[in-house]
Amino acid sequence: MEKLVFDKPKCMTERPLHYCPGCSHGIVHRIVGELIDEMDLRDKTVGVAPVGCGVFAYWYFDFDFSQAPHGRAPAVATGIKRPNPDLFVFTYQGDGDLAAIGTAEIIHAANRSEDITVIFINNAIYGMTGGQMAPTTLVGQKTTTSPYGRDPETMGKPIRVCEMLSTLEGTTYAERVHVGDPKGVIATKKALKKAFEVQVNKKGFSIVEILSTCPTNWGMTAVDSLGWMKDNMIPYFPLGVYKDKTKEGDA
Amino acid sequence: MGKLNEKIIVAGFGGQGVLLLGKLLSYTAMYSDKNVSWIPSYGPEMRGGTANCNVVISDEPVGSPIVTEPNVLIALNRPSLEKFEQILEEGSLLIYNSSIIEVEPKWNNGKVISLAASDIANELGNPRLTNMVAAGAYVKASGVFTIQELIDAVPHVISKRFHNLIPLNIEAIEKGAAAVS
Amino acid sequence: MTEKVMMKGNEAIGEAAILAGCLTYFGYPITPQSELPAYLARRLLKMENGIFLQAESEVAAINMVYGAAGTGKRVMTSSSSPGISLKTEGISYIASSQLPCVIVNIVRGGPGLGNIAPAQSDYFQATKGGGHGDYRLIVLAPASVQEMADFTMLGFDLADEYRNPVMIMGDGALGQMMEPVVLKKPEIKKYNHDWVTDGAKGRGQNLICSIYLDPAEMEKYVHEIYAKYKIIEENEVRYEEYLCDDADYLIVSYGITSRIVRTSIDLARKKGIKVGLLRPITVWPFPTKVISEYADKVKKVMAVELSMGQMVEDVRLAVNGKVPVEFFGRTAGVLPSCNEVLAEIEKLV
Repeated sequence: MEKLVFDKPKCMTERPLHYCPGCSHGIVHRIVGELIDEMDLRDKTVGVAPVGCGVFAYWYFDFDFSQAPHGRAPAVATGIKRPNPDLFVFTYQGDGDLAAIGTAEIIHAANRSEDITVIFINNAIYGMTGGQMAPTTLVGQKTTTSPYGRDPETMGKPIRVCEMLSTLEGTTYAERVHVGDPKGVIATKKALKKAFEVQVNKKGFSIVEILSTCPTNWGMTAVDSLGWMKDNMIPYFPLGVYKDKTKEGDA
Repeated sequence: MGKLNEKIIVAGFGGQGVLLLGKLLSYTAMYSDKNVSWIPSYGPEMRGGTANCNVVISDEPVGSPIVTEPNVLIALNRPSLEKFEQILEEGSLLIYNSSIIEVEPKWNNGKVISLAASDIANELGNPRLTNMVAAGAYVKASGVFTIQELIDAVPHVISKRFHNLIPLNIEAIEKGAAAVS
Repeated sequence: MTEKVMMKGNEAIGEAAILAGCLTYFGYPITPQSELPAYLARRLLKMENGIFLQAESEVAAINMVYGAAGTGKRVMTSSSSPGISLKTEGISYIASSQLPCVIVNIVRGGPGLGNIAPAQSDYFQATKGGGHGDYRLIVLAPASVQEMADFTMLGFDLADEYRNPVMIMGDGALGQMMEPVVLKKPEIKKYNHDWVTDGAKGRGQNLICSIYLDPAEMEKYVHEIYAKYKIIEENEVRYEEYLCDDADYLIVSYGITSRIVRTSIDLARKKGIKVGLLRPITVWPFPTKVISEYADKVKKVMAVELSMGQMVEDVRLAVNGKVPVEFFGRTAGVLPSCNEVLAEIEKLV
């Protein structure tokens, strides 16, 4: 007799992922799908897809989705959530979307403590447009628009989003995790679950920053990219909970 | 009397109640079933210094709400008089606040009324009634409405907090009307 | 509120929106429309389901509208010229995603930062796109405070009927001026909302998006939207005629300018000049057909507007060379007097 021991989450579709081999999006999508199933959120969820590689995120889930203009996902999510406070609304954003063109929107959504959850994929590069410098590109990292490496004198240093947003009173929960190994994946699911619970309990703005890989634009094999991420990104973007107002008892 | 077409500029210092005076005339016109528009000068122009508003009261639908060729000027301070008397049409009505405008109008092409509006308001114990004095004088001089119609509109333009002051405002209107012979 | 009240145009729009069932507003302050968000803040923040949010920018505000419109709520934003420029990206997305909403533009003098005086120099932006790509807004051009209110209510109905953004294009004067207005609560039809993203309970995914990577697929989609625009052009053209029947000369003018023109026409008629006014109420769809018909009867047509000549291009297309089309405009916040327009009418003869 056959016994099913592993399956895709119910809220995910049959469509094969369009992401490159070794890309972290697939792992994060699966975690999101598992949590939507486990927390029974499918019927009231509206996801907000970004501009970036995640633009087609809605292909892989069978719940409602809205695709936002570049950087504006937190504003779109605000518009969805405010008149519909019982919906569960998350944005799924990359580093260019969230930390460059959408800086104003993310800061003000956090500051207003919008009851939304932000899933922030930080892979230190623009993926969809072909490997340009991101606001989180590391110092010295080569991209098509920093071909001699990111020069902090002229290009600034990478932005630490969780640290920045945790200074805002409105941010209820902010945590940085990675999906570079099974332990990291388990921690990521735990962080996202916490962030989702913050919203379900109407406690305000939550964000999980997920350090991710982009082997294609980093010019590496999938395996090498995992090592590069852990060796280079984690030291600059330390893991951990940056803000947890649910623990402070005032959220 | 020809068709009604009052193209009014009310002007003065900020704080003299210029916009409220215009509003009072507008409400009176509305309740008298006349066509009317009111528009303030707005934006940086109104910060510190002079304020003005345009009121058009007409038997016909109001064309431009912005008065470029006025036939009524109510000037509560000297800069307003000097600015707007230059564009008054022939045969217009000019009412100026002679309490604080120490010059005679240069314009003399119609009806000119020297009104000691601020003095009358001060006698009533409140310089902020200057606008009501002027309103009474305008209605009396123009005959566009009855004084009673004007008085009936007062509660519609004064915020509820100040409704205890309505009798005083009415008194100011009556004194203004009485000042016009 | 069914009695006559004095209201500023900006405030009349706010009250009309609420009466039309719009309880959700997102905006950013800019003169000369700021009385509108202030009015809605006072009203909506006291209503149980009222949502008023001052966004961090016009860009954010229009995207909040995009989000809320996608859930089937009646939603509005407002701004003035430079702010509308910032919103155009979002407007393009909303039009492409076929979402209903009302966008108010209280036009001011431009280009650039310009000034806060009345103008009509955003006509191209409103009727020819503004944002990127092939799309149309339904654009209503009120000429009085009463119409600011009435067209706001109408705008929500048209938006829902056609799932298309509607723009109310006023100007600084209409926004700032007070006139008597009667506000009556309209009947609100039930619209089909099977497309909204409000949680997929008991159904499959609903998706709000405007990306079609395959050009052939996108072209097909754009054709679908244009089929809708064609229906709008057939059904929703609105205009007003004044003394056109016997006119030798036809003036085309809309919004605040049309009121001045009307006065000038009365003056010209007294001088024996047979001149009439055609006032487009919808500037998109434009009353092309009726202007074309008048072009068979009149000697000359003149466009009068507060710009260097924008609507006049649509008038020329409508007249299509049948008679000369003259143009008179003041721009950058300057309004002509009725005597100035009269002088232009006299030049036609």
